Amino acid sequence: MSKYYLNYLEELESEAIFVLREVAAQFRNPVILFSGGKDSIVVTHLARKAFYPAKFPFALMHVDTGHNFPETMEFRDQLIQELGANLIVGSVQEAIDKGRVVEEKGRNASRNVLQITALLDTIESNQIDCAIGGGRRDEEKARAKERFFSHRDDFGQWDPKNQRPELWNLFNGKHFQGEHFRVFPISNWTEMDVWNYILKENIAIPSLYFAHEREVIWRNNSWIPVSEHLNMDERDSPVTKKIRFRTLGDITITGGIESEADTLEKIVEEVAAMRQTERGNRADDKRSESSMEDRKREGYF
Amino acid sequence: MIGNYAEKMSIENNQLLRISTAGSVDDGKSTLIGRLLYDSKSIFEDQLEAIETTTKRKGREGIDLALFTDGLRDEREQGITIDVAYRYFTTPKRKFIIADTPGHIQYTRNMVTGASTANVAIILVDARNGVIEQTRRHSYIASLLQIPHVIVCVNKMDLVDWKEDRFLDIQQQYEGILSKMSIKDVRYIPISALEGDNVVNRSENMSWYQGAPLLHTLETLHISSDLNKIDTRFPVQTIIRPQTDKFHDYRGYAGRLESGILRKGDEVVALPSGFNSRIKSIDTFDGTFEEAFAPMSITITLEDDIDISRGDMIVRKNNQPNQVQEFDAMICWLNSSPARPRGKYTIRHTTNEQKSMITEVVYKMDINSLERNSEATEIKTNDICRIKLKTTKPLMIDEYRDNRATGSFILIDDGTNETVAAGMIIS
Ligand SMILES: Nc1nc2c(ncn2[C@@H]2O[C@H](COP(=O)(O)OP(=O)(O)O)[C@@H](O)[C@H]2O)c(=O)[nH]1
Ligand SMILES: [Mg+2]
Repeated sequence: MSKYYLNYLEELESEAIFVLREVAAQFRNPVILFSGGKDSIVVTHLARKAFYPAKFPFALMHVDTGHNFPETMEFRDQLIQELGANLIVGSVQEAIDKGRVVEEKGRNASRNVLQITALLDTIESNQIDCAIGGGRRDEEKARAKERFFSHRDDFGQWDPKNQRPELWNLFNGKHFQGEHFRVFPISNWTEMDVWNYILKENIAIPSLYFAHEREVIWRNNSWIPVSEHLNMDERDSPVTKKIRFRTLGDITITGGIESEADTLEKIVEEVAAMRQTERGNRADDKRSESSMEDRKREGYF
Repeated sequence: MIGNYAEKMSIENNQLLRISTAGSVDDGKSTLIGRLLYDSKSIFEDQLEAIETTTKRKGREGIDLALFTDGLRDEREQGITIDVAYRYFTTPKRKFIIADTPGHIQYTRNMVTGASTANVAIILVDARNGVIEQTRRHSYIASLLQIPHVIVCVNKMDLVDWKEDRFLDIQQQYEGILSKMSIKDVRYIPISALEGDNVVNRSENMSWYQGAPLLHTLETLHISSDLNKIDTRFPVQTIIRPQTDKFHDYRGYAGRLESGILRKGDEVVALPSGFNSRIKSIDTFDGTFEEAFAPMSITITLEDDIDISRGDMIVRKNNQPNQVQEFDAMICWLNSSPARPRGKYTIRHTTNEQKSMITEVVYKMDINSLERNSEATEIKTNDICRIKLKTTKPLMIDEYRDNRATGSFILIDDGTNETVAAGMIIS
């Protein structure tokens, strides 16, 4: 080692590891919110690095809309086994069955908002005091204001105008019974950083991120995968396209893009040349200009 | 054209630069950041479309660049920046994080927050108004938080006919206020955020200006030497004890090296216990290192079995911080309830936590006039004061101006759990 500075990716990694170690030190029962998407995979990888050679210290929590890509579920289960970690599932289907929430109706129905209840119920019933997320400030404008350590009241709500100040790297995770924190170790990363890091570290990700042939329909300006969960009618005409996904979420609203990128190198190249933000393909964010902020206030990821 | 400037960037020599911006309302901060993002091609098509739609809905023409940074709904509606918003962009030379902070006096605490981690402050001055009260305030905060570099951008040069005289005049005004502060490196750039002159591209309207445009300045600012590489400070975050067959007796101390360098074999001392030992290994997931430097997150093991826990600090034997229970500090009061006279607060310093009490208010700083008021006794929101603090157990401190990590602290109110003050240690 001849140079005495870190490059930006090394500095971001060091910052994230610092944050994860603060979580382990400051909370009793922390979990990683695991969606099977690249951001939560990167956070999981960072946690593995942060505590090496000790055992992986967090449980993974999956908020399951019931509308999953089978590939994501397989990936999740395999990772859990590899880490020797606990899996906690918060089920939206269960919340519907119990009458905690009511399913949306119609062609554009989505279980996105319903996740909030499943998430908060699971946090409460498992007495979780910290949920670590893969949220990044560059994803969306309401997220740009999010702290690393983000306080939630005992209704799980975020009060963006009344956030705790966060100075230097002195993170304050103190809270009362029933309250919890959301912690975002990769707050300062961009989509490009995440991909460069996945490439550098050679991190395994679900096959859905690589270009593959799939039956899709054109809806809300992106290619929505045909699945048993998708409400279709005569207006929809399924076609087979070579696509890949930039984010993974609920299979009924996660749109893919046409792509030939079937290796990590090609994906990095493609992302670098991209003209749309990744959330441009998510119907959940398009409902109104402040829809993310509204959902986040109520307790969304 | 929209696209990504980052296409061919190399990661290897690319450093991270943290910027904070300050300026009073309507000086053009948001426009400037929007311009930086736009001209460096860091804005995506769908973001641009959303902004165009919003601009049109407000009955205005074209694209309002300020809308890229004004995030929360209340701010979009009121058209002002309330909280700190973070923006990211990358050029082939660097990755940038911009903390956009509001300028009103009632948001002093937000400015302090944005400034706490910044390598460089951009201070905006409206060319028509020159140096005003707010400029002084923002500069004082940059100085208080010891931001190593300050760039004074004289904005809206288009409204003063691009005149050099005006620019030089403002530069002179600014040099006048500098004498009361400790800012190491100051530069001046005449710009028009609205029209883009000297932001990313060199201005054709101001050929008299020989210096570099803002972006180039940010890309080439020398920052490696800003970090303290002399005083080795390793606050312990957590203990790594695998207790597996393979790592049966492994006991590692995990933390981030906040300053200085550590090598295998170095003689170290654990504080506050004072026990000596040597570095046996520096471990990471990626392997064992011969040496580590700040700000690396590492795990170290020692030759001797000594009792160390979170909040302790490992340092070199011949270079130790001060261990004190009483010290002076500048604080910025962040909370909406005032400080309680002789109030007790939890102090968080590095990874260490103790109880503390404010024993005296030495003076309150009037950050507009930069006068000290030694009569003041109460501490309210946004106040900046010099205080005396007493802790129940010794802290391992350095002066803030020598070491941002071991010279800073926060105070937490045990009644509400809120972070109520930010502090910078004087002695
Ligand atoms: N003529 C001119 N107007 C500018 C310039 N920069 C910003 N403005 C305008 O000044 C107003 C305030 O700008 P804004 O970026 O919102 O200021 P902020 O409050 O500091 O964030 C807006 O109407 C901008 O269009 C400039 O360089 N020249
Ligand atoms: Mg603004």
